[in-house]
Amino acid sequence: MHRYIVNRILLVIPTLLGAAALVFILMRLIPGDICLVRLGSGGTSFTESALAACHAEIGIDRPWWLQFVDFIWGLVRFDFGTSMWSGKPVVEEIATRFPVSLEVAILATVIAVSIAIPLGTISALKQNTWIDLVVRTFSIAGIATPAFWLGILSILFVLDITQAISGHPWMPSIDYVPLWRDPIRNLSIVMLPAITVGYRYCAVSMRMTRSAMLEVLREDYIRTARAKGLLEKVIVNRHALKNALLPVVTVIGLEFAFLIGGLVVTEQVFNLNGIGRLMVLSVQNQDYTLTQALVMLVVTIAILSNLVVDMVYAWLDPRISLK
Amino acid sequence: MTDIAPTPGSVLLDEGYVAPRGIWAATVRFLRRQPVGTIGIVIVVIFGFAGLFAEWIAPYNPTANDFAAMTEAPSWAHWLGTDQLGRDILSRILFGARTAFIVGLTSAVIGGFSGLILGVGSAYFGGRIDLFLQRINDIVMSFPLIIMALAVVSIFGTGVHNVIVAITIPLIPRCQRVVRSSALSIRNVPYVDAARALGYSHSRIIMAHMVPNVVAPFLIMLTSFVGQAILAEASLSYLGLGVQEPVPAWGLMLQGGAEEYASTAPWIAIFPGLAIMLTVFGINLFGDALRDVLDPKLRER
Repeated sequence: MHRYIVNRILLVIPTLLGAAALVFILMRLIPGDICLVRLGSGGTSFTESALAACHAEIGIDRPWWLQFVDFIWGLVRFDFGTSMWSGKPVVEEIATRFPVSLEVAILATVIAVSIAIPLGTISALKQNTWIDLVVRTFSIAGIATPAFWLGILSILFVLDITQAISGHPWMPSIDYVPLWRDPIRNLSIVMLPAITVGYRYCAVSMRMTRSAMLEVLREDYIRTARAKGLLEKVIVNRHALKNALLPVVTVIGLEFAFLIGGLVVTEQVFNLNGIGRLMVLSVQNQDYTLTQALVMLVVTIAILSNLVVDMVYAWLDPRISLK
Repeated sequence: MTDIAPTPGSVLLDEGYVAPRGIWAATVRFLRRQPVGTIGIVIVVIFGFAGLFAEWIAPYNPTANDFAAMTEAPSWAHWLGTDQLGRDILSRILFGARTAFIVGLTSAVIGGFSGLILGVGSAYFGGRIDLFLQRINDIVMSFPLIIMALAVVSIFGTGVHNVIVAITIPLIPRCQRVVRSSALSIRNVPYVDAARALGYSHSRIIMAHMVPNVVAPFLIMLTSFVGQAILAEASLSYLGLGVQEPVPAWGLMLQGGAEEYASTAPWIAIFPGLAIMLTVFGINLFGDALRDVLDPKLRER
């Protein structure tokens, strides 16, 4: 068990390094000279010396391997350079926006999982009844619905409801307030985005819970438990659900990465000033230092959430670590 | 679940069922046995038709502005209303279907087949090649689809072709992984050994003996890829980083005006999204039915 954990953690390092290398290569595939774009966008003429100074500042006048080592060393020290657009340190840009995104992501996960597992279980227990049909339709629709459309519709819905109740349309403000300072206002800002981005998450986990549950319920030991005359509640909660949750945990972990992708779009809809929106801005502004830092951040989160899944999996099913 | 040992090379079938000869008989059988899947096919075919024959079906030019009829509610003249620039929404949705299917199908097919070749090859050759390919796979897989697509767009720029590239790249490792794991299980079956003993070339063994055995999971995945690619294209276009005006695209139709006019002209926001949802919904229904037919282990669930 311990050896498995250590091995698994060590495996993260080459993957992270590889991802960093890929980001490094991708960002250098950008056609043209970044400095020409940068100096040219100002509209003013520039001199050879300004170009050389810019090259030296970014460091692209040095050999590529030195640049790569520098890039990695920067990542290790959490030094991602300065944003080419705003001129502020990238770390600062990200740090001010990270809490919103994180809160939406966590809230979405909590909502999604707490709906998905019970409903998925009920759907499996009542297979082929109308409840099952409703749950399945809800989940297939969830996989097909674009998050940004759902966001627009929910804004529309809130506007209409508030119009009907108070006479004039109302929307929660977009200025983020931390949870501990004003919980109600904070929740009013993050609730809709969380539901919007969490729908797909919920749908996918629900589907997985249902199919895993159906498989487990056909196992011999469930029949044995029934034959012993155990209460259905005990069979479901203690015997079936525990084993059915294994693949669900995997899906929850994998979808967490998807959730970050969904945030990119959702934050745009709700004008939330999070890292997803920052990413879109950085791509639009061709702010490569910011883009590469953000991609690296998201990839690191994805790799770490995979690691957590494997850990939980090994804990839930000790056979895994023995393989 | 019935316990029939799967015989490699043949699709597992219901008891007492005689394999239909030809694709036509198989299709008829599928339609009769899978009513839900059939609904999916019907939806997809309708949108596919819309995209193919948009010129003939669409009542208006999708890019023509009619400034006398801006943000008009659905009526007989404009069935789904007009947008803030006076363009007919129905016509734009019909032409948008073309963009969606071009991007969806091209990305899914190129990404899928690249993944198929890499996956089967990786399983067949094994050893160092496999190890190397799998490490690369792990790395590319750690990029969420939309993030990878954004990174690619930031390099190559926007537009239909670049969007296809941006969506294809993250699909390859996702296909590769699934194909490889099913190909691994038949790597050492006797007839592959026999083919090797007979001195067949690697490419012949891969194409004739291994690929047919991974067709089932491959087709199921290919279907889901089309839906994923359409959603990804819509997201990128919505962000302004995908297909660009004046090409009609569903994601693009939801950009800008849709939110601004949400309360006064909700049809601008509702219909394009509905088109995306219905198409992907149809593809997923079809994919689920296809899985039920091709993968007997999952049947009855």
